[in-house]
Amino acid sequence: MTGTTPTFAPTGHERRSLTVQQLVRLSFLAVTLLLVVPALLILGVLVVRGSPGWTWEFFTALPRDNGAAGGIWLPLLGTLWLTAGALLLSLPLGVAAAIYLSEYARDNWLTRTIQVAIVNLAGVPSIVHALFGVGAFVHFLQFGKSILAASCTLAVMTLPVVIVATRESLQAVPRAFREACWSLGATRWQTIWRVVLPNSGSGILTGLILVVCRAVGETAPIMFTGAVFFRPLVPDSVFDKTMALSLHLYTVSTQLNNVPPHLPFAVALLLIVVVLALNAVAIGFRMRLRGRKRW
Amino acid sequence: MTDRQATADQPQTTAWAAALDRRDRTWWGDAAARVAVLVGGVSAILFIGAICVFIASQGFGLAFGKLDWGEFLFGRRWEPTVEPPTYGALPLIAGTCWITGVAMLVAVPLAFGAAVYVGEFARGRQREWLKILIELLAAIPSVVWGVIGLHVMKPIIQDVFGVHVGLNVLNAGIILGLMAAPIVTTIAEDALKAVPDAYREAAEALGATRWQVVWRVVLPHARPGLSAAVLLGIGRAFGETIAVLMASGHRLMVPQSVFDSAATITATIAAELGEAAHGGEHYQVLFVLGLLLFAITFGINLLADWIVRGRRPRA
Repeated sequence: MTGTTPTFAPTGHERRSLTVQQLVRLSFLAVTLLLVVPALLILGVLVVRGSPGWTWEFFTALPRDNGAAGGIWLPLLGTLWLTAGALLLSLPLGVAAAIYLSEYARDNWLTRTIQVAIVNLAGVPSIVHALFGVGAFVHFLQFGKSILAASCTLAVMTLPVVIVATRESLQAVPRAFREACWSLGATRWQTIWRVVLPNSGSGILTGLILVVCRAVGETAPIMFTGAVFFRPLVPDSVFDKTMALSLHLYTVSTQLNNVPPHLPFAVALLLIVVVLALNAVAIGFRMRLRGRKRW
Repeated sequence: MTDRQATADQPQTTAWAAALDRRDRTWWGDAAARVAVLVGGVSAILFIGAICVFIASQGFGLAFGKLDWGEFLFGRRWEPTVEPPTYGALPLIAGTCWITGVAMLVAVPLAFGAAVYVGEFARGRQREWLKILIELLAAIPSVVWGVIGLHVMKPIIQDVFGVHVGLNVLNAGIILGLMAAPIVTTIAEDALKAVPDAYREAAEALGATRWQVVWRVVLPHARPGLSAAVLLGIGRAFGETIAVLMASGHRLMVPQSVFDSAATITATIAAELGEAAHGGEHYQVLFVLGLLLFAITFGINLLADWIVRGRRPRA
């Protein structure tokens, strides 16, 4: 080494590893983009090919020609019915189960078994829930193919997800919060109602929105339990069959031949706009939650 | 409960302890809430248990009775509506394996690359945006993926590879891979996040570049979590129904290459459940397929759980 070299000049080896580091960084970025770009491409394709289908008639007319023509609002209404019915059942039960598991149950083998079973059931394929729905609700309980049966099937499908998401948000509340409350003489329920639930509310809500997204997008569990390809009538009761947006998309893209080419894309675009709007709300909640958290 | 028993057991119960045990409105409110939560919780758990029992009860009759398991697992003819019906599920099992395999070939490199980039390289706003976009991918409903496979991927595959059949293993595999990738990414990123920062700092203090830290320190330490991520991705991919039904071509034959159409277990249930008469043999054999799905899902989840939990001492 001569006296003119600065003390901290990188050696050849260091320079090489920095080059490698830069290359590696760029290639990882490229891989990530390879994953992200399809998402944007899909959105782009749906918008470009679907938006010509978004006419006034598309949103206001009744479906005609087995669904190949006419409007979309009836399936949209059906999806609303099914999702609301599913939530009405799975929300109270699921939150109750999560509160029970997180706040009341002792940590013994039974609780742990139940938790493992619930986590596992959250991953069971949706078609298995369809089998259950057909067997249990349509035939065994004699609901027939109806909104009630389909809602129950969706509820059973989403129940484990509701429980897991709620339980996680409950457990995220530090134990010290509960202890502080108990030490002031509050009962267990007062603690849960006044301290634990308010502090995990946004987390639970985020989980619920994602559950709704899943219920809105599912096709397999409802197509055998209550949703039908074509029924241009507003359902009168929960024992009626109904059309649904996801199944309608399946119908227009696979079951019919005389469909105008833009129709599947228009319906898909609507479905994705609904789901993304819900997701945006969920992301907003999470950001607020993260900004407010002080522990 | 236990508190009161404990006090009752002690003979020297003092007056102030008895005074504390007052059954006022708050106490009854607490008791009522406990009962309500218990009833709701237990019924939810029973509901969940009922799924397992019900699917089993519908399938077991055939599974442990008439069903010829040798034919079921290795027979090549799935002809439930022909007389006499044959239930050889090998085409379905093979189709599921092929498509899931292709899906993992697509998903795992993309997902791991994205997880490493988002977890270790990206910072600040860029990182938030990438995460949101990856979540966007996860939010696309399965039937929309089916439409993409049917109307977008099919012509692309036909043009690029010059094949006649555009709905094939490759198409379904790519679709499923993109569907499974966000989940694998999320779980893999969690696994990377679980590596203590002290390890990274120690390596950087020794003069390692970030890539050296990732390659030599973070990835080896996160290996159990990464394997679990792959397993859960497999679970997601093989359980997918509608997208596969639309993109795979649904041909009940053992595929010979990625350009053959194929059928999966899930898609077969979806295609045939509507036409199978309730209680008949065809109906029951679909429940046996459901049991098979159930068993594989549980196996995968438990294996993933064991890999993550078993290798690391529990705190």
